[in-house]
Amino acid sequence: MNVKQAKSNKKPKKRNRLIFRTIVLAVLLVAVIYALVSNLTNDQTSIETGAQAPDFRLEQINEHNERETVQLSDLEGKGVMLNFWGTWCDPCEDEMPYMESLYPEYKEKGVEIVAVNLDTTKFVVDKFINEYDLTFPVPYDSNKEVMSAYQVGPLPTTFFINPEREIVEVVEGGLTLDKIEGYLRQIQPEQ
Amino acid sequence: MKKIKCECGHVNPEGTVLCEACGKPVEENQHIDGNDKQKLLNMRYDGSARRSQTYNKSIVDKIWNFFSSVKVGVWLIVLALIASGIGTIFPQEQYIPANAVSRDPSIYYEDQYGILGLIYYQLGFHNLYSSWWYMLLIALIGISLVICSIDRFVPLYKALKKQKPKRHTQFLKRQRLFSETDHVTDDEKSTLISSLKGKRYKVYEENGHILAEKGRFSRWGPYVNHIGLIIILVAALLRMTPFMYLDEYVWVREGEQTVIPGTDGEYFIENKEFILDTYDENDERFREAIEQEGMVDKNYQTNAVIYKETGEDIAGAEPELEKVVEDEIRMNHPLNFDKYTLYQAGYQQNEFQNMTFKVHETDDPEEESLGSFTVDLTDPKDEYRLDNGFRVAVSQYYPDYELNEGEPRSKTNYPRNPAFVFTVHPPDNEEPEMSFVGIGRNVDATGENDYKLGVQDFETRFASGLTVRVDHTLPFFIIGAAIFMIGVIQGMYWQHRRIWLHPEGEGMMMAGHTNKNWFGLKKDIEHIIENTNVKMVDDQQEIE
Amino acid sequence: MDSLLDVSSTMLYTAFVLYLIATFFFGATIKQKNNRSKQGISGKIAITLTIIGFLAQIVYFITRWMASGHAPVSNLFEFVTFFGMSLVFAFIIIYFIYKLNILGLFALPIAMILIAYASMFPTEIAPLVPSLQSHWLYIHVTTVALGQAILAISFVAALIYLIRQIDQTVRSKRTTWLEIILIALFLFIGFSFISTAFNLSGYSAEFEYSFNGETVTTDYHLPPIAGPNEGELLTGDRMEPLFDAPGWMHGVDAARKFNTLIWSVLTGLMLYGLTRLILRKRVGAAIKPFLKKAKPDMLDEISYRAVAIGFPVFTLGGLIFASIWAQIAWDRFWGWDPKEVWALVTWFFYAAFLHLRLSRGWHGERSAWLAVGGFAIIMFNLIAVNLLLAGLHSYA
Repeated sequence: MNVKQAKSNKKPKKRNRLIFRTIVLAVLLVAVIYALVSNLTNDQTSIETGAQAPDFRLEQINEHNERETVQLSDLEGKGVMLNFWGTWCDPCEDEMPYMESLYPEYKEKGVEIVAVNLDTTKFVVDKFINEYDLTFPVPYDSNKEVMSAYQVGPLPTTFFINPEREIVEVVEGGLTLDKIEGYLRQIQPEQ
Repeated sequence: MKKIKCECGHVNPEGTVLCEACGKPVEENQHIDGNDKQKLLNMRYDGSARRSQTYNKSIVDKIWNFFSSVKVGVWLIVLALIASGIGTIFPQEQYIPANAVSRDPSIYYEDQYGILGLIYYQLGFHNLYSSWWYMLLIALIGISLVICSIDRFVPLYKALKKQKPKRHTQFLKRQRLFSETDHVTDDEKSTLISSLKGKRYKVYEENGHILAEKGRFSRWGPYVNHIGLIIILVAALLRMTPFMYLDEYVWVREGEQTVIPGTDGEYFIENKEFILDTYDENDERFREAIEQEGMVDKNYQTNAVIYKETGEDIAGAEPELEKVVEDEIRMNHPLNFDKYTLYQAGYQQNEFQNMTFKVHETDDPEEESLGSFTVDLTDPKDEYRLDNGFRVAVSQYYPDYELNEGEPRSKTNYPRNPAFVFTVHPPDNEEPEMSFVGIGRNVDATGENDYKLGVQDFETRFASGLTVRVDHTLPFFIIGAAIFMIGVIQGMYWQHRRIWLHPEGEGMMMAGHTNKNWFGLKKDIEHIIENTNVKMVDDQQEIE
Repeated sequence: MDSLLDVSSTMLYTAFVLYLIATFFFGATIKQKNNRSKQGISGKIAITLTIIGFLAQIVYFITRWMASGHAPVSNLFEFVTFFGMSLVFAFIIIYFIYKLNILGLFALPIAMILIAYASMFPTEIAPLVPSLQSHWLYIHVTTVALGQAILAISFVAALIYLIRQIDQTVRSKRTTWLEIILIALFLFIGFSFISTAFNLSGYSAEFEYSFNGETVTTDYHLPPIAGPNEGELLTGDRMEPLFDAPGWMHGVDAARKFNTLIWSVLTGLMLYGLTRLILRKRVGAAIKPFLKKAKPDMLDEISYRAVAIGFPVFTLGGLIFASIWAQIAWDRFWGWDPKEVWALVTWFFYAAFLHLRLSRGWHGERSAWLAVGGFAIIMFNLIAVNLLLAGLHSYA
């Protein structure tokens, strides 16, 4: 290679180097951004709104309710308020009367209230149901499979599911009467 | 700047410090490696053109050149080093002890460490290693690694490939090891060559000029180990992708069966038995230590059965289970199945399995039992009938009793502090009596009860804590670490040694260079000049 | 059992004494003429004694292993002793490469300081908790100790280099820093000295204090300068602490360790002060003339070579083997435990050292200062992280 040739090669070489450098930097930049973004978002593991609600089937243990089992897919066409609770949990206890007071009215309107219980002993659940005279179905998730399917963290957690079985709202923590009613309206099927 | 044609005829790329072929210093570039101020030539990267000093026009080139600097790289390492150290001043959030005042970091740090703890928390140092800036720092080191390696490997490779046995005298004289002998015979030269070969040098010859070289591959060590590091960083990146990595925790109580979280309801685990062994305090070997430090766990393990759900895929539906594997899970002995690994992580022995109560007359000082019954705390019955005709009805059950604003209630879901309200129906249709019984509690509702209940016996049970892991990134980490080790060993345990022999009239110049271990090179040279009149090289860099 | 353990401790003691004698013979080589081919009789005796001492220590290691049923690297006493032994081993290797007697004069005392320091911790054989019951215990710990020992040789060579090269005719920043390093060595001697003294006298004072909500007791073997935070003295007719240890100090028995630290510092400074009084000049200046013979080039090379050899070993043991074991035992190969972090800090430091040396031309004195810094980090990880910061490794 002589000097002249070298000179004539210089321009494309320079351009190639720029392209090469740009590509390498771009790849590295994408990797860094990916790392930072996934680091910021990796805490949110729960099911998000808009997702299809996973189906489940559980034994129903409320003697005041006629169902023996509850299967979500059987409630097709109805709105479902799916509440996860335990007898030991204070905020769960607080919202139970609200749910009970709204239940008859919204059952008529095509909304089912389903309160999945997570206690270890049925005994205390029975006592609890009798104490509050609950009438809505209380499925019993003995090995926490449904809780795991819905990725429930703290109790109570409530999912509002529309007639198309799409999750409209996820609420972690206790609810007030007004709020429950507001959400129930959202998932009520159109008449 | 242009390409530089050396007097030996070789055309060097711009930025070259020492001619790739003959090593003659390129005059206008001597400042780059500081050769203009020193007697000896700076031989790192063999004086090749690492990066253009003038090629700095576009923003891309500016960024590139920034990361291409080793100085920047070292600064990044030092910053990462300091940051890492800071993170150990106080425990990280995940290491806040379980028995701390509060595991809430906003309370814990200030409570434990005062104002310094508060500052530590507010600066986000309690979560330092997953903070965005720490990750950015590591990422920048990664970028620096890639760019530095590219910028140095290519020119160094070319320079070593293009080097010629015949070197410029200026190059030789300015090597650290150098000697000049006035008279060297051909016999002596062939002795030198054969000794060089005996020392496993590769000998190249060009018109009587000789280059003897060994261990050139060690020069690639740094680049190999950097590749390993880059693979490790990529693996860390992959780990953030959900399907590559899963980390869950499950508590499973003795005798219970539960779904394994993270498996989408596909796998279940049953805890058949949990075993806790402690060291025998009478064991002669350890007696002293146990006396001083207290009991020490010897082993804890879960005898577990893993089942697979084979029925329809509906959560909660009565599962149709098929046994997959039965094994013991211990520390240092995890259980693998499918893509999952279960680790024995911890245990708790704060729950009761069952309690046995006895009935006795209130005014009997001996508390002689009139009859007893056992309550399974996971499944209490509504009523217990005793042999002697007593009936005891369970009116209330608090698995984890506490008094909250005067109201009895259960603190948790688990029978950690069980308490009952019993209604005792004595035989012969006497009036029923109410009794409140718990651990260390026995309250008589009216104060007029004829019969009293007492805890006669109880059994506790273990809850085993297991970690559930899926990690598809491990092979990448292993490969990365292996390549890194190969690279450092290649670069550190071998050296690139070169010896040049340069005939000058009757005599000969000799120069030597190595990238490390000069002592070894000198010994090599001492060996090869044995039985010749060739002068031993001078070390031109001796510090005094 | 007991007899094996007796053999074991006798052998450790023997090794210690042999190292001490070997040190004197290495010292005697200073006066000889510099001639590598004829090494001189004292050099030969010295290295022979060192090797016999090392063999004695191996016997200690094996018999203790037999007595306890597990490799004796599971608590602070055993680990630090093993570290000292590895240091001697690394020295022997380097000695046979470079045949430098002066290195022994510094390396052996440092190994002895380590062993003496180790013996102040509980020496009973402790049973292994479940997480330590793995072959990786031996693999990981021995490799780390060996890696750190080789890196320590780098420090030894660097220290000799600095003492030899630093101009002592005027007081400067460099002479001050050098003195600080030497004072640090005195502190270790102070620790061993004061602990032995009070151990022999059988001093003991018991305290009661609250730790993480529980009431615990601790037994002081040194008079309490700093008592446990809000602690109560239980033993009668002992002095009351002069002040309480600050509440932010955590870890097991933090206050007692803090008290020991204060005593070590006071005794060490006292010993240093006495030495200064006798020498009537800086300790560095007093040693300097004896090191004239050592070639600075050679010291610089040994210091660098030790890092080059030790860095891969340390990486393998301290990061890679550690990760493999952590993955098996604790389900994650990296958990940001303080000890892990400090291993990473050490690794970063030596990585920076190598880059500065290779690419930025830091040779000679600058490189020597870095080698000292690296060793300081290793010692910090060994002592401070175990004693002050709590974590998975906080045994002892």
